[in-house]
Amino acid sequence: MNSSPVDACERRALYRTMLRIRAFENAAEVASQGGVSAYGQQAAGAAKVRGPLHLSTGQEAVPAGVCAHLTRRDYLTSTHRGHGHTLAKGAELTRMMCELFGKATGFNGGKGGSMHIADFSVGMLGANGVVAAGLPIAVGAAHAQKLRASQDAGATGRDITVCFFGDGAINRGPFLEALNWARVYALPVLFVCEDNRWSATTSSGPMTAGDGASARAQALDIPATQVDGNDVFAVHAAAAALVAQVRDGRGPRLLHALTYRVKGHVSVDAAAYRDPDELAAALDTDPIARARDVLLGEGVSAAELDALESEALVEVQEALAAADAAPWPDPCAAFTDVQDMGAGQWI
Amino acid sequence: MDLSTGQRMDAHDGTAVAERSYAEAAALAVRREMERDASVVVLGEDVGRGGIFGQYAGLQARFGAQRVIDTPISEAAIMGAGVGMALAGLRPVVEMRVVDFALCGMDELVNQAAKNRYMFGGQGRVPMVARMPGGIWDASAAQHSQSLEAWFAHLPGVVVVCPATPQDNYSLLRAAMQCDDPVVYIEHKTLWGARASVDESHNVPLGQARRVRNGDALTLVSWSRQVQVCDEACERLAAEGIAVDLIDLRTLWPWDRDTVLASCARTGRLLVVHEAVQAGGFGAEVAAAAGETTGCRVARLGAPRIPVGYAPVLEAQSRVDAAAIAQAARRLLDHDTR
Repeated sequence: MNSSPVDACERRALYRTMLRIRAFENAAEVASQGGVSAYGQQAAGAAKVRGPLHLSTGQEAVPAGVCAHLTRRDYLTSTHRGHGHTLAKGAELTRMMCELFGKATGFNGGKGGSMHIADFSVGMLGANGVVAAGLPIAVGAAHAQKLRASQDAGATGRDITVCFFGDGAINRGPFLEALNWARVYALPVLFVCEDNRWSATTSSGPMTAGDGASARAQALDIPATQVDGNDVFAVHAAAAALVAQVRDGRGPRLLHALTYRVKGHVSVDAAAYRDPDELAAALDTDPIARARDVLLGEGVSAAELDALESEALVEVQEALAAADAAPWPDPCAAFTDVQDMGAGQWI
Repeated sequence: MDLSTGQRMDAHDGTAVAERSYAEAAALAVRREMERDASVVVLGEDVGRGGIFGQYAGLQARFGAQRVIDTPISEAAIMGAGVGMALAGLRPVVEMRVVDFALCGMDELVNQAAKNRYMFGGQGRVPMVARMPGGIWDASAAQHSQSLEAWFAHLPGVVVVCPATPQDNYSLLRAAMQCDDPVVYIEHKTLWGARASVDESHNVPLGQARRVRNGDALTLVSWSRQVQVCDEACERLAAEGIAVDLIDLRTLWPWDRDTVLASCARTGRLLVVHEAVQAGGFGAEVAAAAGETTGCRVARLGAPRIPVGYAPVLEAQSRVDAAAIAQAARRLLDHDTR
């Protein structure tokens, strides 16, 4: 494949984004062992990352390919499995790790942790502990963008909202309500179904009637594109077309990215309930290995790609050290940012 | 004359006082805030035709369909979109039609709106007013007659308002729309037609109770439509020489502890009355706080723990009437003279 120098630079950037997400997830996974009592595991108390940790390992191509088209002015809503979306949107990795550690220097000051990771300063409006909860919030943000564009003569009207959700979310009511809403008001929102095939410990297929996210979107007159979610270049190309249409004011679009959840539902879930052959087949399509093969085939040197990987590992090691050294929140912070009136002990 | 509302346009001079219904007062409050602040939007079912109670009358004609937004019957999306709009810089008023239907948007209110500011470490704010008329709506049975204010008072992150008069519905709705945190705003389904003088220049801060009557015999606390019923009971008691300190709480969270507890300390007796089911009701919170703090005698009076029935004789079982309130007051007084 021939590509221009600019294209080559972008393609290496996609690869780098995936490497940073993978390195972050792997480090968080190690730091979380013994961090939660579930799936037959008992919390040991020594884990640095405590509580349920939902890893996006193996799904990195989806946020990398989509978020490459976004600016900080664009909004993004995410899921409980949201580290990759947050990093790809431009959040600082160290502050993310600090939040996973529950430290004062984290994005949420230790109040949210992994499930509520967010960086509003880059338009990342938050991961969410409730499946499908980001969908109505995303259409509201997009509705505000459209209203503001119509009120402000100087506005370009080209800011958009991207809404990530999983295959499990399409079986909740807010999915229908939000897609209908987006189509009715022709809102600038790109829905991205990151289909990793699993709803917690249940395979999504047998739980889902019909042909899934794309078919449901098309039934509501929302154009949808299905893409191999483990091919970062394919995701990038598909998202480019859809983002352009959404920015042009042509209404909502849906991208259905087929990927696979390599890890369990949470980091301590060994996922022994699934067919080992299914996992093996998925690992054969690992998005990072595939992208590396493509880049090598285009003439990028192995040394350059190795250097990108080393940089990501070093960055994450430094983030772990920084998070470890960072202070805990002041206990008094438990009482701040509740509400202006009536917060506190009230005794 | 404003043809869209049929009201005299007598405001803007800073001294506008007119008799208005509870619904007209609410529509005027939203109108004034929308005039003042371009970031205010309204969204909900039927709001373009003024809402089913007329509480949005004339607003779409005045401000357009982009700011007074007719929506599908999608309570989760209405509430959730309100959260997203607020995070993106708007100040939405979301209409749930009745509190019973707000339950279809409960995740969006409880897990999203109420927790956003805290959970994300103060990165965002949700200045949203969620209107959800409550209380018994005559002959409307179990799914259109609930009083659920205690659910929301129990929820950290929200303000809870239950206005009882046209003046309060005007002033408190404006205060709610100026609040930077989510406000659960519970108007009463049978107060919409109630008329009284409304002074546009009168501000009522959130969290401040209203003394309806002065008295030393006992403190009587209530809110929403039940304040009227309590006032009737106070008339009966006054005829018997019993002077009641009647307090309309107005805001349930944060509630005006200073006013209530000072009254309880003075009278030594507290009766809390509400239309909601007595068990687990907000009256229990007020009574417990008064007892713990002032050592006064306390009593509560609310509905029995049954759904509201349809037939008049069944519906009546859920109503707390003036006779029952007066009787509860006498019992409280008799107890310590015994």
